[in-house]
Amino acid sequence: MTDYFNEMYQGGKVREPYARLQGWMQSMPAELRHMKQAEAEALFRRIGITFAVYGEGGDPDRLIPFDMFPRVFSGAEWARLERGIKQRARALNAFLVDVYGRGEIVRAGRIPARLVYLNDAYEKAVVGFVPSKGVYSHIVGIDLVRTGPEDFFVLEDNCRTPSGVSYMLENREIMMRMFPDLFRENRIEPVDSYPEILRRTLASVAPQKCDREPTVVILTPGHYNSAYYEHSFLADMMGVELVEGQDLFVEGEFVFMRTTEGPRRVDVIYRRIDDDFIDPLCFRPDSMLGVPGLMDVYRSGGVSICSAPGAGVADDKAVYTYVPEMIRFYLGEEPILKNVPTWQCGKADDLKYVLAHLADLVVKEVHGSGGYGMLVGPKATAEQVEAFRARIIADPDNYIAQPTLALSTTPTFVEEGVAPRHVDLRPYCLVGERVELVPGGLTRVALTEGSLVVNSSQGGGVKDTWVLAE
Amino acid sequence: MLLSVDHVTRYFYDQPVRAVVQSHRLRPSQFDGQKLIRWDVTVSDGQKGGGFRDGAGDWVQGWTVQGPVAEILVQVSGQVETTDLAGVLRGHKESVPPHCYLRGTHPTTADAALAALGEGLTPDSDALATAHAISARISDAIAYRPGATEAHTTAAEALALGEGVCQDHAHALIAVARSLGLPARYVSGYLLAGDDGSPHEASHAWAEVHVRGLGWVGFDPANRCCPDERYIRIGSGLDAQNAALIRGIARGRGEESLEVSVTVQARQISSQTQQ
Amino acid sequence: MLSRTADNLFWLARYVERAETSARLLQVGARIALMPSAAGYRNEWESLLHASGTASGFAKKYGEAVQRNLESWFFFDRDNSSSVASCLTAARENGRIVRTALTTQVWDALNGAFEELRQLERRPRSELDLSLLTDWTMRQAALVRGSIDTTLLRNDGWDFLNLGYYLERADNTARLMDVKYYVLLPKVEFVGSGLDNYQWTTLLRAMSAHRAFHWAYGGEVTAAKIGHFLILNPQCPRSLITCVEGMNFHLDRLSRNYHRKTLAQDKARSVLAELAEMHVDDIFEEGLHEFLSRFIVDMASVSQVVRNCYLNGDVR
Repeated sequence: MTDYFNEMYQGGKVREPYARLQGWMQSMPAELRHMKQAEAEALFRRIGITFAVYGEGGDPDRLIPFDMFPRVFSGAEWARLERGIKQRARALNAFLVDVYGRGEIVRAGRIPARLVYLNDAYEKAVVGFVPSKGVYSHIVGIDLVRTGPEDFFVLEDNCRTPSGVSYMLENREIMMRMFPDLFRENRIEPVDSYPEILRRTLASVAPQKCDREPTVVILTPGHYNSAYYEHSFLADMMGVELVEGQDLFVEGEFVFMRTTEGPRRVDVIYRRIDDDFIDPLCFRPDSMLGVPGLMDVYRSGGVSICSAPGAGVADDKAVYTYVPEMIRFYLGEEPILKNVPTWQCGKADDLKYVLAHLADLVVKEVHGSGGYGMLVGPKATAEQVEAFRARIIADPDNYIAQPTLALSTTPTFVEEGVAPRHVDLRPYCLVGERVELVPGGLTRVALTEGSLVVNSSQGGGVKDTWVLAE
Repeated sequence: MLLSVDHVTRYFYDQPVRAVVQSHRLRPSQFDGQKLIRWDVTVSDGQKGGGFRDGAGDWVQGWTVQGPVAEILVQVSGQVETTDLAGVLRGHKESVPPHCYLRGTHPTTADAALAALGEGLTPDSDALATAHAISARISDAIAYRPGATEAHTTAAEALALGEGVCQDHAHALIAVARSLGLPARYVSGYLLAGDDGSPHEASHAWAEVHVRGLGWVGFDPANRCCPDERYIRIGSGLDAQNAALIRGIARGRGEESLEVSVTVQARQISSQTQQ
Repeated sequence: MLSRTADNLFWLARYVERAETSARLLQVGARIALMPSAAGYRNEWESLLHASGTASGFAKKYGEAVQRNLESWFFFDRDNSSSVASCLTAARENGRIVRTALTTQVWDALNGAFEELRQLERRPRSELDLSLLTDWTMRQAALVRGSIDTTLLRNDGWDFLNLGYYLERADNTARLMDVKYYVLLPKVEFVGSGLDNYQWTTLLRAMSAHRAFHWAYGGEVTAAKIGHFLILNPQCPRSLITCVEGMNFHLDRLSRNYHRKTLAQDKARSVLAELAEMHVDDIFEEGLHEFLSRFIVDMASVSQVVRNCYLNGDVR
């Protein structure tokens, strides 16, 4: 049996960051717990935080399960994480500017040309363009897992439009509402400045032609999107308009939104739709979600798009392997956060190894997300493993494999009381004129006993994430 | 050679549309084989939008027309002095890595028959000879016949048909070259119609293949040659759609129809225009 | 504000008001059906279906007008875009889209109505009597309306919500009256006959205006009094003139705040000017049905002008 790192208990003792939670937990009998849990659920539903599960249909107003047991980091633990996350966010942006510019890292032979230039996420349409302040990815979500007191691994990077930050903020709101005493007893770093920092970050990358206080908007695919709540929440918290493609239009050199008082110019677009859909003139002609002509305005300096089109080439699972190399190449530093060892099935040697050890590995699609198209070897049946083997052999380039990590656990409220469940962490790093990180993130928890899949689409839940003040 | 171009595109809408947005790639490329004497693009009732040179070296210009409007006229008129560089795109500033042009697209996907056209060729030892050979084989395999194919015909379909127009020739050449690992792209431009009865269209398309050491080299299988001083190069892309000279979208219910006329003529080089 | 946001607010209000109207129609129909009548209650239901503009949809799905089917149709049926369930769902969806333009209280009222509706839909129909359904609907509508009035910022969004309310209400009052216009024809044999009075008082009751009417007029119920009350009396909360005054009030606020006048103000003002000058005799002279038909067309054109001047996104 694998020995998992329990973030609260070690050698029969409570670890320091969780010291004050022991008493809190014990003072909560089952009835009170159930009552509180119901109260939390009612609050979430009242606020309207629901999400639709991709490709599953069903209740569009489903709630993500919320676990009241917080996940805690000490100030020192966080300080190291913060350095590592910011380092990574800087390197990823340097990489993006480089591969759309001179491509020094490719010329230097540090990453294969085909991996970058033949990548589906590499946008030929933005080659030669440097976005405002040289930033491609303005919100970098970095998925981390922990395997020991000092051992953190980066599972993947999200350079396009990482979602979930509304849960980070709402989880905190609800915890503060329900357990104010906990916040008096523990000195917990606040996260509520996130929307303001996000707004500042977006305003700081106003386009070249903007000579006034920039108008920022959030572009959503629409109210049927599963993350619509988050889009509207962020717009509300930042005090900016939430627009759909149909609300925007291009006239002359600029982009405008349609208002009841006539056209109003827009300078920065925080888009939550994919590259393919933002401009039917430039990308998919059948897209109804985007704004025709947007890319011409963008490339001629009339509007900023966040994240910048093309940013996806940095968070590709095959490119991921080279992030430590990017950190060394662009920053001249050693990576603070480790990568998970990764085999690329596109490489003959790696493929051989993967096929031989399929039952022990986690195999993912290079472009997959949300826990779909994924094999967790140790948890899969023999048939599932064989079916996946066939898929890998048919298209090896499309798969990478990683060892099954011994994800840490934190105490979690379950039917019988409190039990350890596996968790991961997604902090949200903001990159504009400055690189900033609020002390916290989204902790996702696999609620099923023994499960290592934390995705909300696969029965995962969320927790409030605390960083203690030093 | 001094060439003059008159290119008129007329868009009609069966009911007025509320607005039109267009993205043009309508300026001749800047390279050693082309010198711009005069070049004007106008759009009826149009407002000029943002313009920029893209990574492939093409000048992209946005235009918008505020409606209601039922008819739009896009007029291109100009003169270019051309020099024969035997197809080599010398002195062209661009930053898209040639690797990008190995990416397949729907119309340029090589099926077994297209791949077979590359058999026996050795791009690694002599890329230039390989490119010439591909071009010749395409010329033989696909006869020039206007009307045999349409805008959405793929290279594989044209080859199976054995007939096509310049777009099909270019797509087929690109498909074969890429299948051999040679970066290749689609080029849109104009061609001086000859008086020798050979198959020419004033609005023309051909292909370019990237040859290490030499750079991009043009091939025109439709006319069994490399672009020379009769050719005006405008823009490039992964395929015809990606290299379209005009893309546009109208807001409104009107159905669109269009008429295109292109004239390319040779002019006498006067002392004034040479200054 | 975004044109689309304004449009969502406008329709949010219209749907809430329309849900209430469907509940009122159901109430009127059920009450009239309780009365012994030579013509039978089916004719009454037919006319109500016509008033709601859903007669053909109903006939297609259910055929004959049986009370239980009518309850389903006016309350639960999603195939009827004017049913209480359809309207409340559409209102809540419009609210969800513009969640950030609403206060927590308004959202709570909308979302609460939606959640309770889903519970009602799960309960056995035998447990739900008609008055429970209609009372419930009016209470939900009142909650939404009240939370808008007491918590929402008085900005342009508030104006668009109210424009929606007033336009929908004016249209609905006119349609409800039109169903019964023939009862008000000034023919001696009709005036004062028991049947007609019953029908009219039921209509007044359905508009929650029955007692108000008596306070305002007293004495005998006459066609002229009812016509005056529901069309020209600015004290009546659902009268046509009250609704048109409301539209003018909000359109004037918009033109002040936006520093520009549009065709919408002109159109609404001309409708108001005509009503203000009108005497109830003029209406009967023109013919009640003709007048109401003309008014309904007027409302449609105000709605269209508001759309063109503010909501459709082509405002310059």
